[in-house]
Amino acid sequence: MSESNLKTSPAKRILVAVVLLSIVLVWTVPTLGILVTSFRDPADIFATGWWSVLPHKTFAKTEELQLPRETDPNGPVEIEGVTASFEEWRQGVALEDGRELRWYGNKRSRRIDVYEEKWVGFGANLTLQNYRDVLSGGTVQFTDANGNTIYRQGNNFSSAVLNSIAVSIPATVIPILIAAFAAYAFAWMEFPGRKPLFIMVVALLVVPLQIALIPVLRDFTRWGITGTFLCMWMAHTGFGLPLAVYLLYNYISTLPRDIFESAYLDGATPFTTFVRLVLPLSIPALASFAIFQFLWVWNDYLVALVFLGDKNRVVTSALAAMVGEKGQDWHLLTSGAFMSMIIPLAVFFGLQRFFVRGLMAGSVKG
Amino acid sequence: MSRDIDSRWNPIQLILLIAVTLVVLIGGFQLLQNLQNQKILMTITAVAWGLGSVALLFYVLNAIAESAPRKIRSIAVAMVFAGPAVITLIWALVLPTLRSLRLSFADAHGRGFVFLDNYKFAFTDPIMVEAFRNNLLWMIFGTSFCVIMGLIIAVLSDRSKAEKVFKSLIFMPMAISFVGAGVIWKFIYAYKGEGINVTEIGLLNAIVVGLGGKAQAWLLMPFWNNFFLIVIMVWLQTGYAMVILSSAIKAIPEEINEAARVDGAGAFTIFFKITIPYIMPTIVTVTTTILIFSLKLFDIVRVMTGGNFGTNVIANEFYLRQFTYGHSGQASAIAVVLLVVIIPVLAYNLRQFRGREVLK
Repeated sequence: MSESNLKTSPAKRILVAVVLLSIVLVWTVPTLGILVTSFRDPADIFATGWWSVLPHKTFAKTEELQLPRETDPNGPVEIEGVTASFEEWRQGVALEDGRELRWYGNKRSRRIDVYEEKWVGFGANLTLQNYRDVLSGGTVQFTDANGNTIYRQGNNFSSAVLNSIAVSIPATVIPILIAAFAAYAFAWMEFPGRKPLFIMVVALLVVPLQIALIPVLRDFTRWGITGTFLCMWMAHTGFGLPLAVYLLYNYISTLPRDIFESAYLDGATPFTTFVRLVLPLSIPALASFAIFQFLWVWNDYLVALVFLGDKNRVVTSALAAMVGEKGQDWHLLTSGAFMSMIIPLAVFFGLQRFFVRGLMAGSVKG
Repeated sequence: MSRDIDSRWNPIQLILLIAVTLVVLIGGFQLLQNLQNQKILMTITAVAWGLGSVALLFYVLNAIAESAPRKIRSIAVAMVFAGPAVITLIWALVLPTLRSLRLSFADAHGRGFVFLDNYKFAFTDPIMVEAFRNNLLWMIFGTSFCVIMGLIIAVLSDRSKAEKVFKSLIFMPMAISFVGAGVIWKFIYAYKGEGINVTEIGLLNAIVVGLGGKAQAWLLMPFWNNFFLIVIMVWLQTGYAMVILSSAIKAIPEEINEAARVDGAGAFTIFFKITIPYIMPTIVTVTTTILIFSLKLFDIVRVMTGGNFGTNVIANEFYLRQFTYGHSGQASAIAVVLLVVIIPVLAYNLRQFRGREVLK
């Protein structure tokens, strides 16, 4: 802690801490919400908010009363010494002893639910079933808030996760390899067209990929490879290359000239120099871009939507399809969303330092 | 071995190497086609084949280049190094830009010449006018919220004890896909509808009801629903602004702040008179990056509303034109408009580069 901080008054410091804490709370609660929900029983999810897993005092149903058959629901009904109309019972009537009575369902049910205020949420009813269902490709079932059994076709997230891995790893490493070779050439080799070609790379940094989607899709269709992993690797390699070449050039061009000269004097070919010297020395830059590109590819939706279509769905397209088909099935949506987030979050928290470094270098400010 | 010795490879070795490469490339592709039903095996094979092929390709091309006559050898090697990247970029971005430009003057199926019809659509059709208005909202409010929030957090957390934890939690959404973020926020905006004893399970409606208000279908609320979507981008991108701005703030020499404090400047004066001017270039960079980003925004709108209820944006209309209405002319015109809007940034980047060594 620096000297200046000691000078600020405690009141100010507390204020800053409170403001920061509330911002952090706002930023983390949304993710927490779906994490908690993904472990709750579907019937609970539809009945109460996810925050009700926290211990709190609430009205909970304790017993059911069955009114006699001859009770006329159209007139005033007397229960436990209180008289009220059906509509009032339906809304719920508080008794003096703290209990609340609510008419269940329609008039003919003649059922009264007794609610009592008590502490709940200690033994939250948590389950892994949502994850099992969302990973499955077969038929899954659940019970909705009204007690009906609903059948759904599973979204086969296990296959989507595998597809995402098959797309993301090569789509991360291939552009890095190609870009590292090119960055080395741009930085340390002489060849005709070097300057205009590098200007091209810089110009392409901000080109929106929408401009390329339709022509590239036409190529893939002509070659008959739409829907394959190969076309995803090619597309992501093409779209990721400008940043990759740019970042790696920035790094490789700052390596000391001496090492290349002594390698040359030792008789190393450029290829050997590149593999033995440049690649190992550039690991920090390679790692930064790798994380950047991996998160970008894993989280990409547009490119997958256009080139993969419904074949070989990756996690983002599987999740988006689920939002369209099952917009209210929150137990599946939340567990699916979390499945799609686990790997990028692990990469992010594990390698945050490299990621930040990549971000900084990627802010194009010259 | 030095460069003066002729080829490291004799012709027979070279031909064998090329043959092996071709077998790996084509054989691997065929193998993958036959593994479609064994997901895990296919995934492993796909990863190995994809990486192996590229590495092998570089190795073989380099071997060929090293066998070139001595005079042109170093240029040949350089071209092998830079060639794959240059060819890929030309195929994936340069040519498509020209092809999109041509398509934008053609009819729905990419044939003929329709003059400016597609651009007339892109600028005057009510759908597009609405999309432009919404993108403007995204660019103005989305960007400024991201930058201002990022700045506030960066300044407040600077030198705070828990700075790292704070920042990493606010930065975390950067790792989440827009589709995932869409689900997260759709759940917050969830609305159950009218009814007796309905318990809202969406956080926002629960708060509104808890405060005595009435639950709303937030995503259907005309005009304002755009802002409920913009919130998602702010949630995702503030971390980016915060990280970049925070490192710029840390680069301000402490003596400057100290001198101002000695002169009696308060925290606010220091912030507006020293911090802001000092990090202005970084603010401009961050703002530009997020502006471009909100211009191209697609996933959030696609997942949350599909562009309905008055929330359409340009990139979503691009997608709809091409893939729902099958009109590549109109879609390409929209893509060209996106590119043209970005050209000033592109020009600025190039100008920044003029001084760099490679361009001299």
